[in-house]
Amino acid sequence: MANDRDVWVFIEQGEGRIADASLELLAKGQELAQKLDSQVCGLLCGYQVKEMADQVIHHGADRVLLADHPELELYRTLPYARVASDLARERRPCIFLLGATPIGRDLAPRVASAIRCGLTADCTDLQIGDYESKKDKQVYPNLLYQIRPAFGGNIIATIVNPHTRPQMATVREGVMRRAEPDTARKGVIEKIEPHFDERDLALQVLSRETRESTVNLKGAPVVVAGGAGLGSQENFELVRELAHILGGEVGASRAAVDAGLVSREHQVGQTGVTVRPRLYIAAGISGAVQHRAGMSESSKIIAINTDPNAPIFQIAHYKIVGDVDKVLPMMIKALREKTK
Amino acid sequence: MTSARTYNMVVLVKQVPDTHNITGDVMKEDGTVNRSALPAIFNPEDLNALEMALQVREQYGGQVTVMTMGPPSAAEVLREALYRGADKVLLLTDRRFAGADTLATSYTLKCAVEKLGKFDLVFCGRQAIDGDTAQVGPQIAEKLGIPQITYAESVVSLEGDEMVAQRAFPLGREWVKCKLPCLLTVVASANRPRPPSARKQIECKLAATPLEYRALLTKWPEFESEEKLDAFLAERKLKIPVWTADDLGADLDRLGLAGSPTQVYKVNFVVLETTESKQIPANPEGIAALIQELVKEYVVG
Repeated sequence: MANDRDVWVFIEQGEGRIADASLELLAKGQELAQKLDSQVCGLLCGYQVKEMADQVIHHGADRVLLADHPELELYRTLPYARVASDLARERRPCIFLLGATPIGRDLAPRVASAIRCGLTADCTDLQIGDYESKKDKQVYPNLLYQIRPAFGGNIIATIVNPHTRPQMATVREGVMRRAEPDTARKGVIEKIEPHFDERDLALQVLSRETRESTVNLKGAPVVVAGGAGLGSQENFELVRELAHILGGEVGASRAAVDAGLVSREHQVGQTGVTVRPRLYIAAGISGAVQHRAGMSESSKIIAINTDPNAPIFQIAHYKIVGDVDKVLPMMIKALREKTK
Repeated sequence: MTSARTYNMVVLVKQVPDTHNITGDVMKEDGTVNRSALPAIFNPEDLNALEMALQVREQYGGQVTVMTMGPPSAAEVLREALYRGADKVLLLTDRRFAGADTLATSYTLKCAVEKLGKFDLVFCGRQAIDGDTAQVGPQIAEKLGIPQITYAESVVSLEGDEMVAQRAFPLGREWVKCKLPCLLTVVASANRPRPPSARKQIECKLAATPLEYRALLTKWPEFESEEKLDAFLAERKLKIPVWTADDLGADLDRLGLAGSPTQVYKVNFVVLETTESKQIPANPEGIAALIQELVKEYVVG
């Protein structure tokens, strides 16, 4: 049975597949639900998406709330918010998680406002714990700790919602690990009949243009990232070449993206992608905390910078103080010779 | 022929600490932030929102009102908005607004937008750089009961009560049609905000809220009294109105700290350090040895 300790996960889908962020949240949701002795419930909205419900269960849900309706075919804020708000208001789950994707960040605040709940954006970690409120001196057991970088990534804040339910949060893509699907897992699929009025359908999508990402930073075993220290397109080519030899992906700091050296899809850090590759090479990146937040969990980090005091060196396993335009060619040469 | 129609626009802006340029002395030893060491700036994407509204005014006609909620010193961004071409500006300030999370903030701003009267378009920046939540825009739209167009990149067309807008995502774009009124949150790629106009800077230099009169009188003692200064500014339309919770007729339980369901449990300074690290000489021998070590440890295949 559904109960007020439930952990809900919004299942984002499009073009026939479930978003990675949602699969990651199902695994995290299962971990939280076990601590709360409750269950995970996936909210799946769309049109003709029934066959995805099983996948939601295989990835960690005990129950799927399935809202299958022609008006839900393409994501639009208002009909999706109608379904999610009505259900959350009626059932008041304990926790409601959404991916911090463009869709999740559009939908979550609309729902939180409608049901007057606290919402924390872009969490990088979630935990269960007790909280003693300074306001009323009461202890609130088993709250959701919503942990997120704040103030440009310089601090990590733990946020709680002691009074309102659900405790809502959007969670950054790539920081939680998804579970391998377990096809033996069983769960309940509950069909929801949505009701829309004219105002829910006030916005029409005329057309939509999407392109496949050619960058796979999250899954890359090696990331070679370039910063503003490279200075030119020509030097940035060295980053691409090294990444190619290592079978890795090209990353970048925000400064390099802003300088037009590389497209935004390559950005690593708080406002970009979070990565944890086997090897991370930071070339000409000073290592602002926003950048370090997105790569500090890499297994091995090599940093190359002319400034011996650059913050990137605080987390580097191998420190190379020198010019990137000299060091990168040395690395390329050494690797080429190794493979001869 | 469609009948000529102009648009009432509200732009919601925020004064923020410049978190993108944080230097060493801003973070204190205990992990707290020394806000006074950071310059306060016009939130970058709010400038894009203002620019979009100004362009709509230029193309279709209408009025642009810029509003901000913040401490009395936030009047600075309102003056900047005037220099860039806003028709009217307004400050929401009250101790009872303080400590607001996004839910309480959006309630306050919703009350203020409604009090302004009839509106067609509300513009906000996608997000503010001090919190990066991107929540307040959609929450205001919900409270006003109007559609939201997040990540707006351009207003493609406006005809009567119908708008076509373009949205931008990291991996694509979308065109939507929507009935007014509606709210847009504007992304940085939307436009290049115009610089302040030199003429307006001279015209509006004296624009001030009554909360600033005392400080102004020490600078310009020739005005003699707050009353005289007030009359002077009001006559020249340079008096920036201030609204408090009482002016908004707001439900006090939904404002500020009292109206904020989220609480900060704790704050940690980010310490990212590794224990073991090696210095590699930046010469061919050093680099070759490093590569060999990585191969030996299977870091590099």
